Order: sequence, then C-alpha cells, then structure tokens
Amino acid sequence: MSDDFYRELILDHYKNPRRHGTLDPCDARAEGQNPLCGDEVTVMVNFNGGDTIQDVRFEGRGCAISQAATSMLMEMVEGKAAAEVAGMPTQELLDELGIPLTPIRLKCALLGLGVLKVALHRSKGTPLPEEWAGLDELDIS
Amino acid sequence: MTRRYHEGMTEVAPARVLDARKLRADFPVFLDDSHGKPLAYLDSANSSQKPDQVLGAMREFYEHSYANVHRAVYELGALATEGYEGAREKVRALINASSTRECIFVRNGTEGLNLVAYAWGLDNLGPGDVAVTTELEHHSNFVPWQFIANRTGAEFAVIPIDDNGELVLESLTEIERRGRVKLVTSALISNTLGTINPVSDLAAWAHERDAIMVVDACQAVPNRPIDVQELGCDFLAFTGHKMLAPTGIGVLWGRQEILRRMSPFELGGSMIRNVTAEKTTWADLPAKFEAGTPPIGEAFGLGQAIDYLNAAGLDAIDHHERGLTEYAMGRLAELPYVRVFGPPADRRGGIISFEVEDVHPHDVAQVLDSEGIAVRAGHHCTQPIMDHYGVTATTRASFYLYTLQEEIDRLVEGLARVRRTFA
Repeated sequence: MSDDFYRELILDHYKNPRRHGTLDPCDARAEGQNPLCGDEVTVMVNFNGGDTIQDVRFEGRGCAISQAATSMLMEMVEGKAAAEVAGMPTQELLDELGIPLTPIRLKCALLGLGVLKVALHRSKGTPLPEEWAGLDELDIS
Repeated sequence: MTRRYHEGMTEVAPARVLDARKLRADFPVFLDDSHGKPLAYLDSANSSQKPDQVLGAMREFYEHSYANVHRAVYELGALATEGYEGAREKVRALINASSTRECIFVRNGTEGLNLVAYAWGLDNLGPGDVAVTTELEHHSNFVPWQFIANRTGAEFAVIPIDDNGELVLESLTEIERRGRVKLVTSALISNTLGTINPVSDLAAWAHERDAIMVVDACQAVPNRPIDVQELGCDFLAFTGHKMLAPTGIGVLWGRQEILRRMSPFELGGSMIRNVTAEKTTWADLPAKFEAGTPPIGEAFGLGQAIDYLNAAGLDAIDHHERGLTEYAMGRLAELPYVRVFGPPADRRGGIISFEVEDVHPHDVAQVLDSEGIAVRAGHHCTQPIMDHYGVTATTRASFYLYTLQEEIDRLVEGLARVRRTFA
C-alpha cells in the first residue's frame, strides 16, 4: 500500500457518496453485511417497466472502501441492462477503485456489487454473483 | 543421543529490568521491514511473535527427539515423552499448580473453556441453576456458557460493565435471585479493554455459594506472574501463541477433585484405561482429557517459551507493560479526535482500544499499516462490549516485552496522519 491508497477519488466518494438515499417504492432491493468490518449496504433499484436500471440508490455505513466502492458502482450501473450488470466482472469495479486490496479489504470493496446482483436476481432472475465463492463471511439477505 | 536445545543460541539474561531493545534481537520478524519501515508490532494481544529460542528448540526437537508420546518404547519415544511431560512441569511451576495432573494440554484457550463448558457444564447445570459470565468476555468464554445453559435449561446471567469498562459487581445481588449460582466465569484481563477484573473476589463470592470459578487468563499468563492458589479459582485456561509459543497449544488447569469427577470431553485413544464392548473406563489425569496424539512439538515449544519468559522475568515484563500503557494513554490523550475505551492506565493491562472520530477502524488500521504499524481493527470477538459502547468495531494497540516506547510515538504520529487523510 502506498500513500495513495486513500486517493482523492475514493475519499471523495466516501465523503460525498453518489446516488445515496432511498427509493420508495422500488422494484428491487437487497441488503448485506460484512460482519468482519461491520460494513452494511442496502441497494434499491427501479426499472420503470423495462430491463434497464433507470434509478439506483444505496444506503449504508462502514469503512471508506465499502462505501466508496458502492458509490462508484452506482454511477457505473445506471442506464445499463440488468443482465449486463449481473454479468459484470468484479475486476471492472476493482479497476475503477484502482488500488491494491488484500483479501480482507476485497470483501469490503465487493459488498455493494454483491448486494446489487442479489437485488437484480430477485427482480429479474439474473444469475447470482459468481464472486460469492471465497466471500463466505458476507451475509446477504 | 544428546539434546542441544540451546546450543548456539543467545541465553536470555535473567535481569529483573527488561531491556526490550536487547530482547528484540531474539525475534527474527523484526529483521524484516514492513512497507519499507521498521515493523511496529502492536498486536501481541492477538498473537505474539516468536523468539529464536522457541523456534530453534522446536526444530532441534523435531530433528533429534521426535516420536509419538506415551507409547513408543524406543529411545526417541522416551525423549519425546520427556520433552512433552517436561513442558507440563514447566506449566505447573509457571502457575503454581499443585500437580502436573491438573495441567491439561489443549489446542488453545477456546478449547480449554469449551472443555469445562461441556465436560463440567452438561453434567452440573440444569433448570434452576445460574451460570454467570461477564459482558467483557471474549466470545470463547461467553458463547460456550450461553450454549450449554440453553442445552441444560440453566439461566445464563451476564455481569454488566460500566462506561469505564469495569464490572458492575452490585449486579450480583440481582443475578443471585435468579436461582442457584453454580458457575462464575471471568477473564482475568479483558482482551479488548485491558480491564483487570477482581477474579479473586469473584472466586470467593462463587465459593460462598458452592459454585465453581472459571478464569480465562489468555491475556494475563503471558505478561505477569500468575498463581492459581492465590487467585482461588477452580479452572484457568490460557493459550500458548500469545506467550511466544506456537499456535495449536494451550492449557487448561483445573482442581484435581473436580477434574476427577468430570466426564471426559473428547473420546478415543490415550484417554482410556480399558475398553471392551460392554464398558470403557477412563485413564488417570491428565490423560483422561487428552484424547488422541497431542501437540507434542507445540508443547515442547511452549516449555521453551516459558523458559524464555522466566529468564526475562514475568515481573519485569509486567513492569515494562505498565510503563508503556501509562505512556500510551498519556500520548493518546493529546489527540482530541481519539476516544480511548476502558479503565485508566493503572487498572488495565497493556491493551488499548480506541476510535478515531469519523474514521472506520479498518481504515485506521490500513493507514497505520502503510507506516509499518500493525494494530488490530474489529470487534475483537467481544461484540457485547461493542454494543455497550454503541460501536461496531474499535482499533486496538497492545504491547509486549519487545514493544518500544518509540513505537507508541509512531502510533501517535500515524493517527495524526489518519486524521489528515480523512479530515
């Protein structure tokens, strides 16, 4: 890890999270925790009748990595088809974060993506996240 | 065959004043840098680093004295048994147990406490009985009792803590009204807050009610002289890996008269006297509670670790940690954005949990890691304490015989950097 682990972009997303808040009503919703850190994320999605993510919001609390990664994710997925997001490789989000992560911090970074994929699975029947393997500590409901 | 456990290795000077810088030379881990900086290992309450004396002696043992114990008739088997039982005698002397029969080798502190919870608890707890633990406990001395109380229909009672992280003993009056108190258990030192608990008083209170007293001493045996007779408890569990020994070895000490009446915990080889299809009888203590091939090399390593601690002086280690703790509490108090949990310096061991305002403990630990400073971040297996303070996690710094005062200065500087990063 170097000085720029908490680089400006990550700190900015942490301090000013994008698409932060609730959607009520919403078409899809899921929440998850990372008991190790105590990270919590809830994601809400609206499709407005189609298969494209028209609106997405998240709420949560936890470490900077978990919240910043979810905030970045929100910007990445809005306007995309549910199937496309369900198949989105985790590396795409990790590239966006752009910092090396130890396995423990990887769980923080991927919490929001996992929760979003569960929400999409529930409403659109898309496949469940493949990144679940090795992330047993995550508790998604 | 000659044994050369110490040949070529630095003898630890039996000085009563501890020279941490000198002792550090015995620990190979400090030869390595961490992120290009000298390692400041402030996580010894989690697990300690290991000195050459332990590592080298274990290697020698495996190279020249290794075989299974208690059954091999050849020379190697005798040497291995001698090493294993020799370690047991060192354990006995360390805690002033009256007999090696009372010192049972287990896997770690958790297994020692589970042994009592299952082997004593299942037969001795029932409806109308109360098992008393504390809000301070590590999950390993909380969850087993909660589970066994549920299984047996006994009441599970928890002595609460005040905002200083100290036990509210007045609660015992109310707890006692819930039924027959059969068991009281407490950590000697809290792994999260460092609180030193009044274990002798609790033991006396328990004995007045014909209850037994179980002590989790995982955070105390590594760093201060412990005498089970003085504590007045009935069981005492501790783990090796926090006291310079390898992982995979711990000790449960228990009073013979209670251990003899108890059913076994694990069943199988080594713990039997005679087996037939009709009936099996149990081996004498301590074998009755040591089923299967034990951690032989690990026990030997634990014995060497005890030698090392005795040479450094447990009273000297205690003195060293007290000085560091007082210094660290003073330095942390200089940082207005740091909140320290738990009692004042003179009533705690070398463990300090804190939070940095508006920064998650994992982020604190990550920034400190980049400065070569290793601290623990999390709930420390004490979620009831986290609930008490309304936090999900804390950052914890803990000290040991190799900790230097300048490492605490680095911690304080690192926290200032954490603050700047997240301000």
